[in-house]
Amino acid sequence: MLFYKLFKDKDGRKVGFVQANEACIEAALLAGMRFFAGYPITPSSEMASVSSEKLPMYGGKFIQMEDEIAAMTAVCGASMAGLKAMTATSGPGFSLKQEAIGYAAMNEIPCVIVNVQRAGPSTGLPTQVSQGDVMQARWGTHGDHPIIVLSPSTVVETADLTFDAFNLAEKYRTPVILLMDETLAHMREKITLPAENELKLVERKRATVPPSDYRSFDTRFGDVPPFEPYGGKYHFHITGLTHDEMGFPIVEPDDVVKAMDRIHRKINNNLDDIVKVKQFQTDDAEILLVSFGTPVRTCLGAMEIGRKEGLKIGVLQLQTIWPFPDKAVLNLAKKIGKIFVVELNMGQIINEVQRASQGKSNIKGINKYDGLFISPDEILSHILESKG
Amino acid sequence: MMENIIHDYLRPKKSFPHVWCPGCGDGIVLNAMVRAIHSLGKSKDEVVFVSGIGCSSRAPAYTDFSSLHGIHGRALPFATGIKLANPKLTVVVFSGDGDALAIGGNHFIHACRRNIDITVVVINNNIYGMTGGQASPTMPTGAYGATAPYGNLDRPFDVCKLAAAAGANYVARATAFQFFQLEKCIKEGIEKKGFSVIEAVTPCPSLYSFFNNTGRGVDMLKKLRDRAVTTQKAATLSPAELEDKIVTGVFANENFREYCAGYAELVEKAERSKKNEESL
Ligand SMILES: Cc1ncc(C[n+]2csc(CCOP(=O)(O)OP(=O)(O)O)c2C)c(N)n1
Ligand code: SF4
Ligand SMILES: [Mg+2]
Repeated sequence: MLFYKLFKDKDGRKVGFVQANEACIEAALLAGMRFFAGYPITPSSEMASVSSEKLPMYGGKFIQMEDEIAAMTAVCGASMAGLKAMTATSGPGFSLKQEAIGYAAMNEIPCVIVNVQRAGPSTGLPTQVSQGDVMQARWGTHGDHPIIVLSPSTVVETADLTFDAFNLAEKYRTPVILLMDETLAHMREKITLPAENELKLVERKRATVPPSDYRSFDTRFGDVPPFEPYGGKYHFHITGLTHDEMGFPIVEPDDVVKAMDRIHRKINNNLDDIVKVKQFQTDDAEILLVSFGTPVRTCLGAMEIGRKEGLKIGVLQLQTIWPFPDKAVLNLAKKIGKIFVVELNMGQIINEVQRASQGKSNIKGINKYDGLFISPDEILSHILESKG
Repeated sequence: MMENIIHDYLRPKKSFPHVWCPGCGDGIVLNAMVRAIHSLGKSKDEVVFVSGIGCSSRAPAYTDFSSLHGIHGRALPFATGIKLANPKLTVVVFSGDGDALAIGGNHFIHACRRNIDITVVVINNNIYGMTGGQASPTMPTGAYGATAPYGNLDRPFDVCKLAAAAGANYVARATAFQFFQLEKCIKEGIEKKGFSVIEAVTPCPSLYSFFNNTGRGVDMLKKLRDRAVTTQKAATLSPAELEDKIVTGVFANENFREYCAGYAELVEKAERSKKNEESL
């Protein structure tokens, strides 16, 4: 059962007052998502519910699996069969999905994984907000692996970054994680989705060679191998073992390095395309707030209030958190002497800000990890405190 | 003399030599499966061959079907994603006794319950081959293994009883010695709409034998021959007489609604709701 209704405006755009969880699935459907496998967990469950209701209407498939491991694995299978596929979960479920996320990275399987963060560790505070999974989103699965992680701060941005997530997944043949949080997930805002003719959708690159010449991980056409789905003339093998272009296991050290380098290079050589940030009043700022996800809203509030009181605050929002926006952080660190990193955890992304800013700025953390959302006053009092 | 068709199904490009030890049962089961697919007249284009991790799970790399060598225990959810995404495909799965019943045990019973049209061959060698002979969920009580130096404490699963109780449409067992019966069961399994489980009891002459002195491959095959009894014969035997026997035959042959067929029915209901939505 749906708890929202969309209306069409005069230009054919769907408009509604929806939660981010709902917006994400509506956007995913527009992005071409046709397979969702899930397992219920607060605060992400609405995504499974909406998918179960909507996907069959769009010729897509929804399946509730027996656990999150199965859900993530089924997503890999469905994507290999040619469908744009996603799953959504939260904390404990995100932990369970990790091995299969690594499989997707290793086999270059396009897919989108939503993690609506709740406070942990373990079962933690199931209904309360956190951003404690920043490092897990980057390094949760074992081994060096490439990954893209996006983090929205509003309902509208959730839809926008959901489009981006699918497009990046298809373009680079990679899993993409949408890192949300409980506050955003259940927040209602007005949203206007693009009409179908306004969408710029990316589809995975298909093979141009005849079946006899097909390779599962062909590098002759660039670092992103062309994709053919299961079923049809192209017969191919994939495996989680380190493999050559044919998908067969390798152990020769040089071959291993070549394979590892390429799956990282396809992301790292395209940072300008992948890494997105937003800057707010950074031109004249003397104090910079760096944040991502829902706390960005609070930072903007603190900026507005602070400026009225003579504090020249600017905000850097990291929409892409992995790969980390090194360049944007360094450029601002060179200009602005004071940086506060605002995050709802005990300090995770701050380590990256410190690394990227190369000692050019004075960096402090504003951290909240009591299960509650942060207010502009809390941010401002930290700033004033440090002024002494 | 049986026609040898296996070479028509091996990958033309490098994926050899295979990893299996001399006398291993895995190649026998692979041959039976290939022959079953061949006899059904399936095109290679429509088959996807999925596996988990283990010695037996290496099989998909060697045949010229599209294939997925997955994660330990997760062959069935991979296969479920593929099948539901494209129900026209014939999805066959190889899974070891550890892969299917220990780490993948939950997926196994749920795949049976879901009754999706996939055929899984559980290659039961009563041991973890790939990792060096540890106890598996089908290892007999008292048998020895790398993690059972004093004899296995646990009781073994009966794969077929488990699958039938969990709701699979087709359940059968054959040993690697009974090649033609095995081929026939796999064929019936693939033909059956719904989830099919074929337990193939195989020799592991390297590791099971190392810990339990069961001889070489041929000795173990002969033993399988001697231990096998049909379901009909088994019905006449006492529990004591059945002690060391392997009951072979068909244990379930049902026609519960298949999952993808059920999904297609659900889509019709959803399309009616969509009309409401579009009338906004
Ligand atoms: C998550 C995980 N745990 C453990 C392993 C190690 N492992 C690889 S194969 C295997 C067991 C294989 O036994 P079985 O499934 O019976 O297959 P067989 O080798 O006997 O054919 C184990 C435990 C793994 N690959 N992944
Ligand atoms: S260890 Fe056993 S199961 Fe594995 S290949 Fe050798 S004989 Fe076969
Ligand atoms: Mg085994």
